[in-house]
Amino acid sequence: MSTTTETAPAGGATQGFGGVQARSGAALNAPRIAIRNLDFFYGDNRALKAINFDIPDRQVTGMIGPSGCGKSTLLRVLNRMYSLYPNQRATGEAMIDGMNIVAPDADLNALRAKIGMVFQKPTPFPMTIYENIAFGIRLHEKLTRAQMDERVEWALTRAAIWAEVKDRLDASALGLSGGQQQRLCIARTIAVRPEVILFDEPTSALDPISTLKIEELIDELKRDFTIVIVTHNMQQAARCADQVAFFYLGELIEVAPAAQMFTAPKHPKTQEYITGRFG
Amino acid sequence: MPTEHIVRSYDEDLRKLRDMTARMGGLAERQVADATRALVRRDTTLAAEVVSRDAQIDALEREIEAFCVRLLALRQPMAADLRVVIAAMKASNDIERIGDYAANAAKRAIVLASLPSIGSLNGFERMAQLVQENLKAAMDAFVHDDAEAAQRVWEADEPVDAIYNGIFRELLTFMMEDPRNISAATHMLFIAKNIERIGDHTTNIAERIFYAVRGDSLPEDRPKADQSAFAVVRPGGE
Repeated sequence: MSTTTETAPAGGATQGFGGVQARSGAALNAPRIAIRNLDFFYGDNRALKAINFDIPDRQVTGMIGPSGCGKSTLLRVLNRMYSLYPNQRATGEAMIDGMNIVAPDADLNALRAKIGMVFQKPTPFPMTIYENIAFGIRLHEKLTRAQMDERVEWALTRAAIWAEVKDRLDASALGLSGGQQQRLCIARTIAVRPEVILFDEPTSALDPISTLKIEELIDELKRDFTIVIVTHNMQQAARCADQVAFFYLGELIEVAPAAQMFTAPKHPKTQEYITGRFG
Repeated sequence: MPTEHIVRSYDEDLRKLRDMTARMGGLAERQVADATRALVRRDTTLAAEVVSRDAQIDALEREIEAFCVRLLALRQPMAADLRVVIAAMKASNDIERIGDYAANAAKRAIVLASLPSIGSLNGFERMAQLVQENLKAAMDAFVHDDAEAAQRVWEADEPVDAIYNGIFRELLTFMMEDPRNISAATHMLFIAKNIERIGDHTTNIAERIFYAVRGDSLPEDRPKADQSAFAVVRPGGE
């Protein structure tokens, strides 16, 4: 593996007082997505510069950095959202299951079934709670009514909202609170059984309690899904992530197990950013 | 750390924490110096002062701890900042122990002043001077974020152990020569051990500082020369 940035060896956490380790144990899992020499352009503007790193399977990768550093751009690259816009293109590799996400001939339907996304603001459809979940499933699969009921319950249960909505599945999703709407969106995302879930600042519009519920949920979901989360909240990255990547001006400056990143980052720029010395 | 925090009061908090720790260290240095002087000069007044001044060090430790808890709660420090706060908290603990050892040495100096003197106190003076110098160097390293200086302190404890070994053997010999020496020699042994322990706590502080600055730790094994735990001296000098 060749990376231009400082990459800590798997499980190679710094020895502090008693030693620190990657949050979920000694080592990071095998890569689910392998990013190699990835560049991204908005027109002539090179927004990502030769990015190299691995997103480990069924763990949480946090992406941090100041506004405009490229972290959200990378998230948009990973599910090919940029394909909706002219003049935006990516070069290099982002391999998942032998498929290069950024290849022009990549099957976008297959890709988006593999990689789901949850946005900053909850985006429920103006439909019933049940239909919010069933809608996406119907695009990918043909299920009987009983199978659909089962899948909807499964998704809502996994998103930790089933108990709150099971008696009003026919009510409008717009009547839910912000935190509930966000969990509904997570349920909608996992309903099609993706491999990877991308979270773009999923709690920045939520109150502290709803935020903690989402964090708890992320912790739960990583047993089955690979998770990438962009967050401006450093403590949130420290709490949720197993691996953290720090971006600055389109470059990946440092990637390391979270425990190392927040106690002893290697790169001075990372140090300045996470201790609040930027500016 | 080249630049300053965006929140200026955070910088002031961290500076204050360093100042408090350095002040506490300075106080402990003085306690070690005065306890040794009281011992050598058989000055019971000075020794009593050392004993009563220990409360100041204890109070500072509590103050630093409360300040660190507040910093952790309000600022949620990360990376180098977090390491400094943890280092200050742990170092204050070591300094508090150093203060206790100095006070204990002073108490024994009061008893010794009432007993006939045995042997030379040169070893005590030299040992105390070494640990004081190390403690001062450690505090300077903390204030200046100097990992190399901290490592030098950490490595410099060996001569202290060597002097302690010498004192240990010498006092055992005095006790065997004349049982009437046992009371004084025992107090002197404890004082020597206290000073030697002060040296050990100083190396602990040096380890904290190294970690705070560098983010990784010094190796497990520190150069040591204290062999008194294995020493046997037999009557008749066999």
